This record gives sequence, C-alpha cells and structure tokens, in this order.
Amino acid sequence: MTYLTRSPWILHYDASSCNGCDIEVLACLTPLYDVERFGILNTGNPKHSDIFVVTGGVNEQNREVIKNIYEQIPDPKVVVAVGICATSGGVFRECYNIMGGIDRIIPVDVYVPGCAARPESIIDGIVKALGILEEKRARMRQPDTGKKATGGETV
Amino acid sequence: MISLWTALLFIILAPFIGGLVSGIDRKVTARMQGRVGPPILQPFYDVGKLFEKENLVVTTTQNFYVLSYLVFIIVSGALFFAGGDMLLVIFAFTLAHIFLVLGGYASYSPYSFIGAERELIQIIAYEPMIILTAVGMYMVAGSFFVSDIAASSLPLIMYLPGVFIGFLMVLTIKLRKSPFDLSTSHHAHQELVKGVTTEFTGPSLAKIEIAHWYENVFLLGVIFLFFAFSIPLALAALVIAYLLEILIDNTFSRVKWQFTLRSAWIIAGMLGLVNLAVLYYLAGGLLP
Repeated sequence: MTYLTRSPWILHYDASSCNGCDIEVLACLTPLYDVERFGILNTGNPKHSDIFVVTGGVNEQNREVIKNIYEQIPDPKVVVAVGICATSGGVFRECYNIMGGIDRIIPVDVYVPGCAARPESIIDGIVKALGILEEKRARMRQPDTGKKATGGETV
Repeated sequence: MISLWTALLFIILAPFIGGLVSGIDRKVTARMQGRVGPPILQPFYDVGKLFEKENLVVTTTQNFYVLSYLVFIIVSGALFFAGGDMLLVIFAFTLAHIFLVLGGYASYSPYSFIGAERELIQIIAYEPMIILTAVGMYMVAGSFFVSDIAASSLPLIMYLPGVFIGFLMVLTIKLRKSPFDLSTSHHAHQELVKGVTTEFTGPSLAKIEIAHWYENVFLLGVIFLFFAFSIPLALAALVIAYLLEILIDNTFSRVKWQFTLRSAWIIAGMLGLVNLAVLYYLAGGLLP
C-alpha cells in the first residue's frame, strides 16, 4: 500500500521568487533529470496534487494565495520550500514587504536551501518528502489523530 | 447472438488492458521526447494513489455524475463486446459523456465550466463521424449488431477506407490527444488548469481515469471491427493506429475549438459521407 510514494504529483507555486529556483524546478522535469521516472508529474492543479513546492518568500500579496492553495490540496499532503528565500526569506528577509519563509504561513515539511537550489537537491528534497507523505497517510488512517495531524494550522 | 461471457470478460479485463496501454503510451511518449519515462505500471500506481487520497467534494451531486459516467461507459463497452446493437452502444457512450459534462458543470468552478463546455463541443465534433462509422458498417455487413459485423467475412476496411480515416481523426479527440485535448488532457499537459476534471479529487478522479481506460479499450475494439476478417492484421492495425496517435500527440500543438469542430465535420463529410455515397452507388443499394 505505498502507491502514494510511487505517484507523487507536485504543484509548483512561485511566491515571490526571482525565477532562479523556478527554472531549476522546471529543469527537473526536462529530459536531463526527468522526474517522471519516479511518477512525479507537475499538475498545476491543487486538487490533484500531493506535494506543494513553493519558491520565493512570502509577501503581502501572495500570503492569502499560499494559504488558499494549501487548503485546496487534499490530504495527505506535504510542503517543500525550495530555495533560500522560501526557507527563510534569504537576502530579502529584512525587506519591509517580506514576511520571511513559507513556514510563517503554512507548515513546511522539507526545506531545500540554495540560491538557486540545484535540481539534484530539489529531487532529493522531494524524495525526502515522500517519506513524510507516507507517514502522514498512515496517521490519516488512525481515528481521531487523523485530520488534525495534517490540517492547515498556521504558525 | 448476445454473449454475456465476452461482456463479463470486458468488464474484468478492460481496466488492466486499458491501464497497460496507457502506461505504454506514457513510456513511448517519454522516449519520443528523449526521456526515460515512468514505469509501464505507472497508471495503476496513479489510480491506487488517488484512492488513498481524501475526496474533497464541492457538491455531492458530483459523485453521482462521476459514478454514472463510469457505469455508462462500462455499459456501452459491455454491450459492444457482447455483440449488441451498435446504435445502442453509441447512445450509451454519448450519455456517459453527458454525465461527465454535468459533473463539470455541477462544481461551480470557472475552469471546469469552460472544460465542460469544450467537452460538449468535442461531443458535437466527433458524434457525426461515430454514427457514420456505424452506418458504414451496417451498409457492408447488413446488420447493426456487432456480433454480425465481426462475423462478416467481407474486409470492412476495403469498403470503408474513408470512414476508417475519419474514425482515426475522431479517435484523436476521444483519446484526449493533442491537437484536440481541449476539455482536459492527460500526462502532464495542462489546459484551463485541468479543464473538466479540475474539481475532481482523489477517488472521483480515479473513477474518471478508470472510465477512460474502459473507453480506450472500447474504441480500440471499434478499430478491430474494421479488420475483423483477419485477427493478426487487426492486431497489427491496433498497434499502428495507437502509435500513430502517440506520434500525432507529440508533434502537434493544441488548436482552438473552432478548428476542432470544423476539421472534424469537414473530415466526417469529405471522407465519411463520400465513402458511404460511393459505396451506395457502386453496390446499387446495400451489400448482401
């Protein structure tokens, strides 16, 4: 019963990234790295996805968007913050319009730092996320603890 | 005349065959793009995964429509493989897709609304050609019953080359292949987020996927009918037709709905109707 880890569909959202990390995320899908080998698809639809890949830090404009997308992803789900901006805010951390990393808004499961994060480390991060995804699925099966463990509590 | 066994065999085996064909499709597509591609069994993993996910439902009627879509696709395929009436098969087949459209409309999402509209346009585009296919088979075999058409010793493809090419064109729409993947598309293609299937999650999406496998097996069955006089030739035709569809999928970009509708009807008229008219004229009426 580990179909979940064999077919993780990702949703890629560019919060306020400079496009550097986005290009590296897309590079994972190109023939050189070809993540479809592991059944990973870039869906572009929150309702079909399992892994939420966010690049860039949180600002006023995309705060609500990130929350909204996160809530639309059906359980079990994991969040991967790609790039140093998504992890902590990076060099923009002190900016007046930046709130910091993605974990200020939604619970993040895997951090992939780097500027820009390399495709190898992104793939590594997603493979790590698969383990957490499987744990969450197992927890979802148990009564009571199920929903709360994976729910969208904001930090 | 109606064989329950083949129908039962279809209901049990079609998801496995359909899923396998879909897996091979993805592998061949990946190779055409210079990638390694997913394992052959990937579609089964995907559907297994979708059943493990939470079912987020916008309106509960959605579940009913998706189930009806699956049931009527199975009914139409089972009727076909039981050797039933071709017209009834087409009727059930169309009804199934109307349920999918209603499911898209039920969810109050702009993306699935436009997807549902485009699905309707696609139905309008391919329906004439599918009916012409049935009529053509009737003109050659003298019966609308699939069992009689399959048992006919006449090579249908020799009498209906235009209808066959027209049907291949329609098959591109039905298999949700580029350039006609307007309402929703497969693989990692994106269109209007995901078109008519945007608002379906987890188990609902899995049912749509399984219905699509049934549908593909049924459509391949129709191709088989054209070559039913020789089984090796029929199997070769199936493989070549499907590989051709994959090649078309990978070499064409998506077109607008106007072009889809126009080209589907022009090909149905040019190849389908003309083929039937020539057949009628040459045979001086119906064949045997």
